[in-house]
Amino acid sequence: MSRLKDLQKNLFGGTTSNARQFGMIFTLVAIVLIFQVWTNGLTLRSDNLIALFQQNSYILILAIGMLMVIVAGHIDLSVGSVAAFAGILVAKSMTEWDLPWPVAILFGLAIGAIIGAWQGFWVAYVGVPAFIVTLAGMLLFRGGNQFIGNANTIPVPEGFREIGSGFLPEFGPNTGYNNATLLLGLAAAVAVVWRELRARNTRRAMDADPAPMWVSILRMAIMVGVIAFATLRFASGRVGTSFPISGIILLVLVIAYSFYTRNTAGGRHIYAVGGNSRAAELSGVKLKRVNFFVMMNMSVLAALAGMIFVARSAASGPQDGNGWELDAIAAVFIGGAAVAGGIGTISGSIVGGLVMAVLNNGLQLEGVGTDKVQIIKGLVLLLAVAIDVYNKSQGRFSIIGSLMRPFRRDDPAAPVSPPDAEREPAKAAVSG
Amino acid sequence: MSDVPILLEMRSITKEFPGVKALSDVNLVVRAGEIHAICGENGAGKSTLMKVLSGVYPHGSYSGQIVYQGSESKFSDIRASESAGIVIIHQELALIPGMSIAENIFLGNEPRKRGAIDWKAANRMALDLMARVGLQEDPDTLIKDIGVGKQQLVEIAKAFAKDVKLLILDEPTAALNEADSRHLLDLLRGFRSRGITSIMISHKLNEIEAIADQITILRDGRTVETLDVKADGVDEDRIVRGMVGRELSSRFPDHTPKIGDVFFEVRNWNVRHPISADRQVCKNESFVVRRGEIVGFAGLMGAGRTELAMSVFGRSYGVYESGTIIKDGKEIVLKSVADAIDNGLAYVSEDRKAIGLNLLDDIKTSTVAAKLSKIRHHGVLNEVEEYQAAEAYRKELRTKAPTVDEGVSKLSGGNQQKVVLAKWMFTDPDLLILDEPTRGIDVGAKYEIYGIIQRLADQGKGVVVISSELPELIGLCDRIYTVFEGAITGEIARADATPENLMKQMTSTKKMATR
Repeated sequence: MSRLKDLQKNLFGGTTSNARQFGMIFTLVAIVLIFQVWTNGLTLRSDNLIALFQQNSYILILAIGMLMVIVAGHIDLSVGSVAAFAGILVAKSMTEWDLPWPVAILFGLAIGAIIGAWQGFWVAYVGVPAFIVTLAGMLLFRGGNQFIGNANTIPVPEGFREIGSGFLPEFGPNTGYNNATLLLGLAAAVAVVWRELRARNTRRAMDADPAPMWVSILRMAIMVGVIAFATLRFASGRVGTSFPISGIILLVLVIAYSFYTRNTAGGRHIYAVGGNSRAAELSGVKLKRVNFFVMMNMSVLAALAGMIFVARSAASGPQDGNGWELDAIAAVFIGGAAVAGGIGTISGSIVGGLVMAVLNNGLQLEGVGTDKVQIIKGLVLLLAVAIDVYNKSQGRFSIIGSLMRPFRRDDPAAPVSPPDAEREPAKAAVSG
Repeated sequence: MSDVPILLEMRSITKEFPGVKALSDVNLVVRAGEIHAICGENGAGKSTLMKVLSGVYPHGSYSGQIVYQGSESKFSDIRASESAGIVIIHQELALIPGMSIAENIFLGNEPRKRGAIDWKAANRMALDLMARVGLQEDPDTLIKDIGVGKQQLVEIAKAFAKDVKLLILDEPTAALNEADSRHLLDLLRGFRSRGITSIMISHKLNEIEAIADQITILRDGRTVETLDVKADGVDEDRIVRGMVGRELSSRFPDHTPKIGDVFFEVRNWNVRHPISADRQVCKNESFVVRRGEIVGFAGLMGAGRTELAMSVFGRSYGVYESGTIIKDGKEIVLKSVADAIDNGLAYVSEDRKAIGLNLLDDIKTSTVAAKLSKIRHHGVLNEVEEYQAAEAYRKELRTKAPTVDEGVSKLSGGNQQKVVLAKWMFTDPDLLILDEPTRGIDVGAKYEIYGIIQRLADQGKGVVVISSELPELIGLCDRIYTVFEGAITGEIARADATPENLMKQMTSTKKMATR
């Protein structure tokens, strides 16, 4: 009994186990397994996993920014249009103005920053609700995309396509696997172990008991196992394919933003503003700056997502990014964020995004039409949030908010999600 | 007056909230056609009593009897009491600014013809009702376009639309200027002559003295006495004595102040209301604080104490107009809360839950929230230092919580207040402004918080305490300023402070030098 309880308490969460995220991870595992069986093993095949990542990396990147926007108590409906607008300008800059592609990427990020500053200005300094500002932005930048591109498709050069459809290079001895991916997996495994040990030390430095050693070892074993599995899958795909570049970009962003939201004053201020803006203000938080930043940051990430999409599809078109905002928002809410703000985590949003992605992918593999896929996705979103609301009203797991804080050490790891949600050294999964 | 029939009798009303007895054995007898005033300090139970009467707290949630018009009434909600002719007008007016006078008067009570609202009848009836309260406006005028005095009249007209027999007014003149107040009081007299009974809650004792027939005084949730104004020859002093007449037992830790020099000074502070720019909330206020000194600010609700404190604290309230802040001999300009914190100011707000804490946070996150720079090294927050700091304060202040990982929403009021105090102590302030530091806190925790305040003062910090409880100010503070309608009306040393002379200065603009 006590061992079981220990396990429950400590494996994926802390003393106050993160029930919602815990639930989402299991939902993700369940969905993966169901589709794995249903599709006769197609879901976890190398080529499918790789495609899954390439097809969803931009949505997951948007989810990172959207999480911060939603935690601060806002919403951004314009991300799809901003992505398309940045995409067409970047495509044009390379084909017509002959910008070299690395410069074009910087150009694209700058466009995102300018758009974000525009939207941030209205939200933070004028006080127009973000819903309205970004609804306007949605129209504005969709129109902008079609105005600039004449509603045509503009192809992009080879080098640029790498960020959307490229893979880690092949090098070194012939191991039968992609060596770069193997190294990445090894680094991830080391990072997971290092983080666990460091977290135990932190816990001790606080005069608190770390989780029982066997729990830590079990947790590390599960995570390393998952990483090993994923690594081998990604490394053993068709020759020339491996872990996608867009996956690497996503990974870096997840690690960086998780660290930012959990371990810096700036990140904490976002949660403070979303939790109680007046209290935050009276604690010296510069409200306007925080609001400006989250809106601007979102547009920069939207521009990046747009570029990755353009790179993957080899051309920028007038319908790019249609409906992305809804996918990103759904990912964030399925991942446990609160509509009222103040609550949510990057890792949760990534898990939420992956739930939707696997669902999408699995249903498509089974030849289910987009009509039904949409119906199912809609119901999943509604159900996920409804269960949360119901549980809260029953006082089942008390204030979910206090459980979901990103800077708590009891933030659960994502044991079975594909590797990117795993490899954040910042996300210490210690128990208390 | 005893020959006049009794309209309402509330018999031994007791109302308990978890942990607090808000009313205990309160009796109230109101005779038909009189103006009956209810007096008492903040928290004496006046509003609770009126909520019991009007059905906000339904029958069954309190004990005791309400006998109204000769029979016992068991109101299940406000609608039930309103249909019996009891209408309460709250201090915060319940009008919808974007709707017209007529629409507001008949809101929820619309005259209908075949299912649709009969606007012709509504406007005609509205004009009639408006005439009865002396309001000359077009019934189509929007509420937001008329002044607060006229809005108050609309509320009363609304009450008449419901065929009121007993009108309850909670602080009806608190937001009104003198002319509007006078008009309202005349109106009440007019109602009396037409046989309408009124109950009036007010802090303005001069108004009560001028208008009331009977006065019931509440203190600490009990009825102290009921006075007949004419027969007993009641004056303001008599009311004050009834309101504050409780003994000051040793509810405070022993303390010998170690008072140093003046280090903080506010001079000629003028601030305007953030929305209605013609309202001045701080009128040329000046005060000083010495090191090691606990300075009290006494005043009634709405006197502008919080507004003064918050405007000093980085202009977090209102529109700054003029005035200087001098700290350690140098003028400092605090344009933002961050400036104020950097300059060693701390403000513990009066409403912990609404603006003092992020209730989604845990103890340790809250503790460091106002000075993250102390646990930040090279841009990264150190979680171990955060934990240790929070743990140290938890032990020092004896906050009752299993660990500092506990969510603040789960703590009791007293323990939440300790977390807020820890949050501001963590900023290493020189001057702490504590706004109602013991509101909603039980007696034991109050004693502990008094001790913490005294220790802070002994460390050489200046402490400003804003409180509506006079005994608290007298027991805790070395010096007390009184505030009335946005102006400082007096300064009383601890030795001279009595509830009577404080109350006197808190309710009058006449400046009295009692130093």
